[in-house]
Amino acid sequence: MKRKFERARAENAVMTSVLYVFGISALILLIILCGYIIIKGFISFEPEFLSFNRHGIGNQFFNTVYLVFLSLVISAPLGIAAGIYLAEYSKDNAVNRAIRICVETLSSLPSIVVGLFGSLVFIEYTHSHWNLMAGALAVSILNLPLIATTTEDAFKALPQAYKKGSMCLGATHWQTVYKVMLPACMPRIITGIILAAGRGFGEAAALLFTAGMSTDINWGQWNITSKLCPLNPFRPGETLSLYIWVLRSESINPKASEIADFSGAVLILLVLLFSVSARLLNHYLDKKSGMTK
Amino acid sequence: MDKTKNIFEIKDLNFYYGKFQALKNINMNIAKNKITALIGPSGCGKSTFLKTLNRMNDLEENITVNGIVKLEDTDVYKDIDAITLRKKVGMVFQQPNPFPKSIFENVVYGLRVNGIKKRSVLEETAERSLRQAAMWDEVKDRLNKSALGMSGGQQQRLCIARTLAVNPEVILMDEPTSALDPISTAKIEELCVELKEQYTVIIVTHNMQQATRISDDTAFFLLGEMIEFGETDKIFASPDDKRTENYITGRFG
Amino acid sequence: MKDKTKFNSAANNSQGGFLNEGLWKIIITAIGIAVIGLTLAIAVFLAVKGSATFYKFHHSVFEFLFSSDWNPQDTEAGGGNVGALIFICGSLITCFLALALVTPFSLSVALFMTEISPRLGKRLIQPAVEMFVGIPSIIYGWVGYTVLCKWIKTVFPDKAPTGMSVLAGSIVLAVMIFPTITTVAADAIRSVPSEYRKAAYALGSTRWQVLSSVVIPSAKQGLLTGIILGLSRAFGETLAVAFVIGRVRAFPTSILSPTYNMTAIIAGEMGDTMNGGEKNSALWTMALLLFIISMFFIIVIHRIGKGKKNEKKI
Repeated sequence: MKRKFERARAENAVMTSVLYVFGISALILLIILCGYIIIKGFISFEPEFLSFNRHGIGNQFFNTVYLVFLSLVISAPLGIAAGIYLAEYSKDNAVNRAIRICVETLSSLPSIVVGLFGSLVFIEYTHSHWNLMAGALAVSILNLPLIATTTEDAFKALPQAYKKGSMCLGATHWQTVYKVMLPACMPRIITGIILAAGRGFGEAAALLFTAGMSTDINWGQWNITSKLCPLNPFRPGETLSLYIWVLRSESINPKASEIADFSGAVLILLVLLFSVSARLLNHYLDKKSGMTK
Repeated sequence: MDKTKNIFEIKDLNFYYGKFQALKNINMNIAKNKITALIGPSGCGKSTFLKTLNRMNDLEENITVNGIVKLEDTDVYKDIDAITLRKKVGMVFQQPNPFPKSIFENVVYGLRVNGIKKRSVLEETAERSLRQAAMWDEVKDRLNKSALGMSGGQQQRLCIARTLAVNPEVILMDEPTSALDPISTAKIEELCVELKEQYTVIIVTHNMQQATRISDDTAFFLLGEMIEFGETDKIFASPDDKRTENYITGRFG
Repeated sequence: MKDKTKFNSAANNSQGGFLNEGLWKIIITAIGIAVIGLTLAIAVFLAVKGSATFYKFHHSVFEFLFSSDWNPQDTEAGGGNVGALIFICGSLITCFLALALVTPFSLSVALFMTEISPRLGKRLIQPAVEMFVGIPSIIYGWVGYTVLCKWIKTVFPDKAPTGMSVLAGSIVLAVMIFPTITTVAADAIRSVPSEYRKAAYALGSTRWQVLSSVVIPSAKQGLLTGIILGLSRAFGETLAVAFVIGRVRAFPTSILSPTYNMTAIIAGEMGDTMNGGEKNSALWTMALLLFIISMFFIIVIHRIGKGKKNEKKI
């Protein structure tokens, strides 16, 4: 009996150390990975990498931010509306179960499939060339389920008391949603939107056949209908992520490798910035509501 | 007994949650400008009854209402829509439930929902309501602070002020002090007595002493039926029904 | 009293029933239903484009799935072969190998952050894992190419001259799905009721015994869900794998040989194909297959979830 116990204790000790090793190594792996990318990116940095022409990533950076911005303008209101519908207006019937299945399906689609769909509908059927707007729409399809789910969860987590209190004062359902519940959920929804933005920055496969792989803009051109205008959403433009792919597979630029490294570093910093902000926002919110309990 | 005017006339009210009958043949007339207490053991239907008066029960699924509930000659279920009804019949809950907004925004919420935007009207009404709730002096310098930062008793008085701002005719209270400390409870009881000059108060309470302290009339509910209804002094001193007597003397419940 | 009448008339005027309630309800419901429309559209378009290979170019489903003869013609005339077995195998091998590599690691990290060191877990490990999720997959591909492939090249110069291989693909996928499996596993472990643990401890178990014989079995459904989710993500991953798998149209002879997978060929060769041509069709069929596979995984996850509900009832 005692020997069995000794064995159990030994096993416990061994497994505990194993788990410690794995646990800590996950942390170390992350640090090494991020550190490597950022350092490698900045080691071979040359100032011309920041330029807004084909020697640098300025254009691509602008494309990335612009495209994600466009996609959020589309997917945020639609996603929030869908989330509100699921939380407040849907009863348990076949149609609404179908909607939930669809949201789940959309969120697990491989991004290349969404990109192909996007190229079919937004490029082929409209007889257009590759453009940022098509890419933004494709990314919106990817972000919609995320924002809808975040909104629905935020609404469901609200205390019932808010809704009852509002309806008791003679407000309609929509007034209650719009004036009380939505403002109360807003911080969490914004966190979800920030996360969606972070995801959008890193998106590449969905943009291969929608937003295109080249950027040809002239920063002096401000006529928005011109193909060369940076603000024209109907011009092609590759994002940073896609640029890394382009550099590797079609590079004629002798500094392709270094530029790719730098792009990677910038991309990771951008994404980390958004991740950390979302986390801090959440933390601040938890503290704020916790304190006033 | 003086035939004082009735504000609510309830006839043959039967209420079902799905197949379960929560209220059986309720018949009563509730007097205007008085405090009516509803007492009875847990699950007897007093809260359900209260919620039929402002149709808060409509928010539940699968309910059936038979019978007539009249608010001064208006059939509450047939002649008026729920939204408008709730502006005339307000409600205060057991757990204080201010919105996560400022004190000021909480009080004027009911007005905004009615499309009233003029700043002067809002401010005037807010001050009036907060005074009526006996808390103006406490909060007048921090109207823009979050309502969630107040104590439970203050939050509950804020909820009362919020209800008053809409200028209802009746105020329903569902065990408003059961979550509060004795001092806050006393303040709110005082408030109720002041309010009955202008409003009618119907209060569900688990606390019989509270009923004797503040109410003019009392109704005793048991298992979905209203057993006895009359002046508070009479109900507690010499009830007609044996079941009432047993409950009051603590034999059960 | 004067107050009251002024107030009531304002109330009657500005209630505006339709604008305040009805209109918005219609808009919101329409958006909810449009979600169904979008999903159906995607499914229908894929089905139509993907089935052209079978209807227009008269290939059989059997050929597509089980033949490794791939040389579709890039014309409307067709006449080539569309055996996609190599790509299907490539996807299967890399995904399952990645799963095999990462599952023990994920499980360990999940156990570590929930049971062994919850403070450290909450403050450091969990945020770290969540940061992993945020890293764009293209970066994993790029680092995989510049670091991992180079390393494989140096260690196995004759077997893997370019370093691009099944092994590289699997490792990249493993790192990518690691955060998914870990977070779901951690949630599953956390939701095991503490009563079970207390009972086990009260019977004189060591912590490892509690974990291995009570906690992990109870969290089985959640763990399985996490694994399937990871697998699903791995199948759909495109550019990260395309960077390092080698893009060689041949069955891999060992884990060090390069090969091809479904997503990489779509990404690499779709752009050059002629619309409506046989090759274009065949690639669409591959996309359709990917869609079907991801639907399959969703159904599996739901099945697992249902099983859990039934178990709880007993």
